[in-house]
Amino acid sequence: MADTATASSGTLMGKKERRLLTDPFNDNNPITVQVLGICSALAVTSALKPSLVMAIAVVFVCAFSNLAISLLRKGIPGRIRMIVQLTVIAALVTLVEQSLKAFQYDLYKQLSVYVGLIITNCIIMGRLEAFAMGNKPWQSFLDGVGNGVGYGVILLAVAFFREFLGKGQIFGYQLLGEWYVGNALMLAPPAAMFIIGLIIWFQRARNTELVDVS
Amino acid sequence: MDRESNVYTVTYAVIMTVIVAVALAFLATSLQPRQYANEQLSTKMDILKAVGLDDLEKEEAARVYDERIEGIVLNVDMEMTSDTVNALDIDLAKEGKKPMEERRYPLWKYTEGEDVRYIVPMSGSGLWDRIWGYVALEDDYATIAGISMDHKAETPGLGAEIKDNPEDYNAPYVGKSIYNDEGEFVAVKMKKGSKDDPDHQIDAITGATITSDGVNEMLYEDLKSYLPYFKKLKTS
Repeated sequence: MADTATASSGTLMGKKERRLLTDPFNDNNPITVQVLGICSALAVTSALKPSLVMAIAVVFVCAFSNLAISLLRKGIPGRIRMIVQLTVIAALVTLVEQSLKAFQYDLYKQLSVYVGLIITNCIIMGRLEAFAMGNKPWQSFLDGVGNGVGYGVILLAVAFFREFLGKGQIFGYQLLGEWYVGNALMLAPPAAMFIIGLIIWFQRARNTELVDVS
Repeated sequence: MDRESNVYTVTYAVIMTVIVAVALAFLATSLQPRQYANEQLSTKMDILKAVGLDDLEKEEAARVYDERIEGIVLNVDMEMTSDTVNALDIDLAKEGKKPMEERRYPLWKYTEGEDVRYIVPMSGSGLWDRIWGYVALEDDYATIAGISMDHKAETPGLGAEIKDNPEDYNAPYVGKSIYNDEGEFVAVKMKKGSKDDPDHQIDAITGATITSDGVNEMLYEDLKSYLPYFKKLKTS
């Protein structure tokens, strides 16, 4: 991967730093281009609200685990680096899960096991391996935010279509009237697959450079 | 120090594990009271839902619960137990695994003026995972006054309708008797069409046969355990 090279332009918000934030939206989106983190994108996107919470949780975990690993990168023993990365991720995910349970119990119930499964989200571990192990803390933090948001945007886009077509609702508010018969297929996990597929198609049709990337 | 040496690697792993463990243990203990309060309130709201109070705000639900509902814990002989356990703390799924004589049966009594209802907890299996709920009986101990159900992982749009669509799958239970004309206990069943015995059947969920069967079983089995208690109340 090209971005394993050091990405720092010396200033806090230089051109390279901005690219770290914006690339994951477009040409290096973790879901549609790197095709990572698909499982959770299938599981939580049947409605917008849990997707939003999931996206926020992933941004948080991704940003802070990148930051922590980048700070530790010079001291981590090479042979157990993956275990160290996983421990950091697991600790942050537990923090999110326990806080949700204490402060947002309804959402905690709705997301059930999926918050815990952020630990296995390949995007986060992928960023730690590919970026945080070789870059300075601030750049790593931005990279984490960028990738987390890149993931979250796709999650929300998928959830928008699934909730709207499946129930005629947006964020739980009924937009379509009684005449609309919800499409139950949109609420089932395969619908996320179709929608992600369409998003990938659309993105690659617009930017043909991406076609051979993965 | 050599980063690749065994001593360094092991020391690093041990220190990191201890730091993370202490931090998480501290977090869990400090959040525990809040989490417990959330769990209790959520159960209270489910119980209130069974008597038709489903639109209460959190604070109000807690107040209404404290005013009108009394928790009762019964033993296997359907006598009130002397131990001071809170009915809300009893986990039915765990009780089911205990030997018969040690099982405890929670029950809630709802009183509002003249109006008395008994709320029985239910627990069973749906298609994917656990389902549970509460069913309220009128003080004739036979007529269903309300029902509320929840699930861990039923399919949205299909099995999950037991919670998401109370109008079609909870409301029709209301007013139905759990005894047939001969006085035999039959409960109320979900059945496609609900044509052969409309007094004791409601229309099942299309495409969610296994969830419907799970609901039928938990309603039947769990109500059945409490029948001796209701009989006792009736004769006294």
